[in-house]
Amino acid sequence: MSLTHDDVRRIAALARIAITADESAEVLERLNRVLALIEEMRAIDVSAVEPMAHALDVGQRLRADEVTEKDRREPYQSVAPAVEDGLYLVPKVIE
Amino acid sequence: MLNSTLLELAGALEAKKVSSVDLTRQFLDRIAVLNGPLNAFITVNGPGALEAAKKADARRAKGDAHPLTGIPIAVKDIYCTKGQRTTCGSRMLENFVSPYDAHVVEAFERAGAVLLGKCNMDEFAMGSSNESSYFGPVRNPWDRRRVPGGSSGGSAAAVAARMAPVALGTDTGGSTRQPAAFSGVCGLRPTYGLVSRYGLVAFASSLDQAGPIAKSAADLAALLDVMAGFDERDSTSVQRPKESYSVSIDIQGLRVGLPKEYFADGLEPGVRSAVDGAIAWFKSQGAKVVEIELPHTRVGVAAYYVIAPAEASSNLSRFDGVRYGHRAKQYNDLIDMYCRTRGEGFGAEVKRRIMVGTYVLSHGYYDAYYLHAQKIRRLIAQDFVRAFEKCDLILGPTAPTTAFELGAKTKDPVQMYLGDIFTIPAPLAGLPALSVPCGFDARGLPVGLQLTGPHFSEARLLGAAHQYQQLTDWHRRVPLESPL
Repeated sequence: MSLTHDDVRRIAALARIAITADESAEVLERLNRVLALIEEMRAIDVSAVEPMAHALDVGQRLRADEVTEKDRREPYQSVAPAVEDGLYLVPKVIE
Repeated sequence: MLNSTLLELAGALEAKKVSSVDLTRQFLDRIAVLNGPLNAFITVNGPGALEAAKKADARRAKGDAHPLTGIPIAVKDIYCTKGQRTTCGSRMLENFVSPYDAHVVEAFERAGAVLLGKCNMDEFAMGSSNESSYFGPVRNPWDRRRVPGGSSGGSAAAVAARMAPVALGTDTGGSTRQPAAFSGVCGLRPTYGLVSRYGLVAFASSLDQAGPIAKSAADLAALLDVMAGFDERDSTSVQRPKESYSVSIDIQGLRVGLPKEYFADGLEPGVRSAVDGAIAWFKSQGAKVVEIELPHTRVGVAAYYVIAPAEASSNLSRFDGVRYGHRAKQYNDLIDMYCRTRGEGFGAEVKRRIMVGTYVLSHGYYDAYYLHAQKIRRLIAQDFVRAFEKCDLILGPTAPTTAFELGAKTKDPVQMYLGDIFTIPAPLAGLPALSVPCGFDARGLPVGLQLTGPHFSEARLLGAAHQYQQLTDWHRRVPLESPL
């Protein structure tokens, strides 16, 4: 199936990516090319196949439920665009 | 010295024929001359490298050196390095300095290796030509009008142009092997889980692996010896006994599988004849060549371009302008800040892949796309299981073409994606694979030979490639456009 400009706007909003009006036509055209490639795979009957989520069929390792991380708030926050009193600053979300 | 392999340099350091400071200076001088035209490095670690080289020389003088102590290495700019910016080829991380080192970077630092700088790459490793980098394309040292391959294009070009003896890359759908093939060097993708990804900027987590790029298979083995090993900080890291990858194997009696799908229409004649030459070599050494089938090869491209973007759309949601990286200057509210930050910070290919991923995971489409692709993935893994009943390793071209010209495939993403047809299956199945040079086409461009093996068969692949390189010299050729 082919996407429309409305689809592109909806997907961009879901992905939290601002697409300018200039970009929109090109994005639509190229996404449709990629989706046409993806359609190829849908011709294969996979009804009896188990999905494979992981490259090795191994279980996830478990560890003891203990705190292992040190407090590294300061170095981690040192690379943030805006912090104050150990808090990340973002635009107001609650009036 | 510039043309020496890692093992030769290690020998020279050990024999005190050269100091790490001298060696490092030679490579930094070479970078100063060639980085302008080739753009292989985003950041050059000049003073830091010389400082590390001094320490390495002191350590060697004290007699507690590792074989790699004092060896200069280049690192793809996707590996976090404390005190050096890590851009991932993106405006989003243009000024990002990681508060910690990647596991692999730590391992090389412990060994006493010297970090020459951070290599250019496709933005967030999404690309096969190194043209999606925010920092501009890398040029192929064999022909500067052409791409070096991607996404580890800077790492491959740096080794090819002798700006670094070895480099680190990563491989999600072929990003160490395809640039190695295009640039006439060697690249390895290890088995999924063999090398810790801690501190690597994540692209597609069920596929990403760290891998070395070097001039010889023996050098790849020496690098993997340092890189491989369990790390509890990567939940996919596999716990298994440490093994040495620097081993000899016997080609006599080795069963080499040739997938008929890898020798079909679309393969450039120059690639075909170079790979045929390698097949003849394996036969002459007593290998038993068998025809095999990997029937889901072509459809693997489609499955990969669902799975990788889906995982990328999730992984790259962390770039929101809040905790690190770019933040838009102007915005109206929180959502608007996210959208503008990501709209400005990501380049066109990254946006496209995030959007494809968002679409295939969105309500009503998940089963039709993502789940379907995961089932195709199972079929591909099963193809390999069947193939390895008949052979010990699979041989074929790394890519259907040699390096193409800059701009040749940027208008049609699908043309670019289809060039990954032979490198995509191994990551989907979690298998190790490597590329080594096996000749040149009529234009003088290098051709890559790919060997793929069962899980954890790196020693076998590297051993076979090493034997091949004992009796051939394709890997010793130096690009005429970047003479020594």
